Amino acid sequence: MSKIHVTTQVNGDAVEFLCEPDETLLDVLRDRLNLTGAKEGCGTGDCGACSVTLNGRLVASCLVLGAEVAGSAIETVEGVGTADALHPIQQHLLDHAALQCGICTPGIIVAAKALLVQNPDPSEGEVRYWLAGNLCRCTGYDKIIRAVLSAAAEMRGENA
Amino acid sequence: MPKDNGIGASSKRREDVRFLTGKGKYTDDINIYGQTYAYFVRSQVAHGTIKGIDSTAAEAMPGVVKVFTGADFEGIGGIPCGWQVTDRNGEVMQEPAHPVLAQGKVRHVGDPIAVVVAESLQEARDAAEAVDVDIDELPAVVDMKAALAAGSTKVHDDLTSNLCYDWTLGGEKADVDAAFENAHHVTTLDLVNNRLVANPMEPRVAIGKYDAADEDYTLYTTSQNPHVIRLLMGAFVLGIPEHKLRVVAPDVGGGFGTKIFHYAEEAFCTFAAKAVGRPVKWTADRSEAFISDAHGRDHVTKIELALDENGMFVALRTDTMANMGAYLSTFAPSVPTWLHGTLMAGTYKTPHVSVNVRAVFTNTVPVDAYRGAGRPEATYQLERVIDKAAREIGIDPITIRRQNFIKADEFPYATPVAVEYDTGDYDATMNKLIEIADIAGFAGRKAESEAKGKRRGLGINCYIEACGIAPSNLVGQLGARAGLYESATVRVTATGSIAVMTGSHSHGQGHETTFPQVVADMLGIDESMIDIVHGDTSKVPMGMGTYGSRSLAVGGSAIVKATEKIIAKAKKIAAHLLEAGEADIELADGQFTVAGTDKSVAWGDVTLAAYVPHNYPLEDIEPGLEETAFYDPNNFTYPAGAYACEVEVDEATGKVTVERFAAADDFGNVINPMIVEGQVHGGIGQGIGQALLEHAVYDSDGQLLSGSYMDYAMPRASDVPSYVVDHSCQTPCTHNPLGVKGCGEAGAIGSPPAVVNAVVDALADLGVTHIDMPLSPNRVWSAIQAAK
Repeated sequence: MSKIHVTTQVNGDAVEFLCEPDETLLDVLRDRLNLTGAKEGCGTGDCGACSVTLNGRLVASCLVLGAEVAGSAIETVEGVGTADALHPIQQHLLDHAALQCGICTPGIIVAAKALLVQNPDPSEGEVRYWLAGNLCRCTGYDKIIRAVLSAAAEMRGENA
Repeated sequence: MPKDNGIGASSKRREDVRFLTGKGKYTDDINIYGQTYAYFVRSQVAHGTIKGIDSTAAEAMPGVVKVFTGADFEGIGGIPCGWQVTDRNGEVMQEPAHPVLAQGKVRHVGDPIAVVVAESLQEARDAAEAVDVDIDELPAVVDMKAALAAGSTKVHDDLTSNLCYDWTLGGEKADVDAAFENAHHVTTLDLVNNRLVANPMEPRVAIGKYDAADEDYTLYTTSQNPHVIRLLMGAFVLGIPEHKLRVVAPDVGGGFGTKIFHYAEEAFCTFAAKAVGRPVKWTADRSEAFISDAHGRDHVTKIELALDENGMFVALRTDTMANMGAYLSTFAPSVPTWLHGTLMAGTYKTPHVSVNVRAVFTNTVPVDAYRGAGRPEATYQLERVIDKAAREIGIDPITIRRQNFIKADEFPYATPVAVEYDTGDYDATMNKLIEIADIAGFAGRKAESEAKGKRRGLGINCYIEACGIAPSNLVGQLGARAGLYESATVRVTATGSIAVMTGSHSHGQGHETTFPQVVADMLGIDESMIDIVHGDTSKVPMGMGTYGSRSLAVGGSAIVKATEKIIAKAKKIAAHLLEAGEADIELADGQFTVAGTDKSVAWGDVTLAAYVPHNYPLEDIEPGLEETAFYDPNNFTYPAGAYACEVEVDEATGKVTVERFAAADDFGNVINPMIVEGQVHGGIGQGIGQALLEHAVYDSDGQLLSGSYMDYAMPRASDVPSYVVDHSCQTPCTHNPLGVKGCGEAGAIGSPPAVVNAVVDALADLGVTHIDMPLSPNRVWSAIQAAK
């Protein structure tokens, strides 16, 4: 089977790649573009570890085909912030020690950012239900919820 | 004022920046040039005889490099078990062979039969479908009671039965029986500790590599203890000398026990790398994890508590069947015995305790340690029967516990079940719990719930655990086939920065932050000068790894010992530089000072002198500043605490929601309060998962019905509350240099009984006395209907 040539945009950069017709966006990101932040926790869209945004919409990249994303804008955790310039969500996760093994963290960051784009002032319940798509086995979630709420407050300019 | 450096500071986790930016380096993120991909052909039946395997078609498929079957592993060692339990009659346990790939029979769904190695994962997967395995299906042994019945099908033909061992601990049977006969009241409870799947969010991965030029092997693996894997796989499976085998466990995405064990896939990839002459990578998908990762818990228990007329405990008797699954995983035999029976006294002065455990083989995935490992099973049954007894005799659940506590002035306390608690103060944690859980406000909250049409319940629980695993001489007597010390090397550079090599592996525990705090505190230098090196047997000389809340208590103590050696040598160097007596040198805030004078040299002066020894006591000591220490504890540590859970129950649907959760723990001294808090949170989250949601269910044919996240209910953010946790009650461990006890498992041990006690409390006036976990809406609703 011949490979498919795809031109798209990842984290603001124009990229092109060849992929198999049945290759997932997650595999393309990890294996072809060396963006290994997104993880495969289940491969069935149940755990959220592979979360990225596709044209601003939060998706499980394990359920998207690489060939589908031509001409799109994709954002992964690598585009959210850097070690020297952490995004407020990343900074508050760090300040709260809201991660442990770190494997689910990239997905949680991408999902939380997508939430705050559409709802800058979520309630605790709204954060909990939004992030219910992201499994974390280490933290019991409490610190993640606190971190996202305080990041949201900072992003609204409330405790900057 | 809170400290900002060293012991007691809530230092931010330094490992987090790489995780937050997607730069963590987990095993599946590693790709080696020329690597091939392994895909396992696994048994789809629970029990059967392999009549033949035809891999001809698969071998001809595109991209296939080689197809391996059990025949390739004839004469090669099986997966070893690390613990040999001796039964009540002094006989050693029955220990079946555990081949890397099935030899003649398959014994659980998921048992590996063959492996396709191909150029790509897709090609390996496609070819695996073409491997023709002819199996004669046999009756599956799934239920433990049926497995022990006379005439049951045997999981292993060469064993006498499905009984692995029948083990006892505690008082003389006659004494215990007499105490029961003379008791004022006896409470009995039959319960199940539900089978769980650990489900770290990172599935297991193994990459084997063989260097033909040097004749050495490298295994990258998702392990909590790479040195243990090196030992088990090198010495017992593949016969590779340890110096020719490097095992690397880089960033590991959660373990919770299930990544302690040596697995067939690790041995396969290492073996196959040489056989095909290229690296071999295997990554489990989640469904594969469900049928190949060792499961946890799965105990069926009858417990009886005898009380006198004042509600004092006079005797405890417990009888458990513990599922081993089809083979003995690395530490499986120790979990229902020495990690379970020894904790049956709890925090109480019950004079007579008798424990009986029968471990049973079944045609299911092997069962081994999962967060808490035996101690949650002990705590659950003990605290459930106490709660039931309190209700039966009309004593408040806090009062009945408190009046039976071992008191703070009664330590060290030798229990009737073979352990000696060194220190504790159970009244203190109970008092703290009453405060932080606002027990006084419960009645008001219950009224509010009732006004909404909901039932509200309060559940209390106390736990104790044995951590800091473990004294080697003791566990050796108990059947451990390894020592359980830890090692550390502190390597100081000329410029004064430090690399600490530790055998403790960090996969979420925050060692990269906590361990430097310890060294920084001892030397009086900044934490940022110290880095932790772990997870690579080529960098760290020896280690026993991370499990049983042992990293700080054992691994941290080894670091302390090595740092003490560093200080001793550094003082010799400083004395020489200062032309003073060694005994007069004091170290504080990174300065070596001659006592009572203002003469001093800085840490960096001494470290430079150690490596540039122009002015150095060469006749007395060698240049360099690097020390290694091994620490072997002389007792377990005994963290303990009191937990409270409040639930709301919807009587119409049976739905339980956890409204409040509070935990007061005594972990001894605390190095990093923020990290400790997170460990407790995570444990509570998992414990709530066990109590309300999670259950690995097999049907009578041995098919795993809950083999995906659609069927196995993992706790999600919307399922759990915020937690109130406190660890200010501190009775430092008396026998390790840091006075620490360990905190990793407490939450998972302390929370399930608190949740179940709360639900039973909410439903008690309907007549509900017990519901087995998980307390799903169906089970709760059914219990309500049955009680009506």
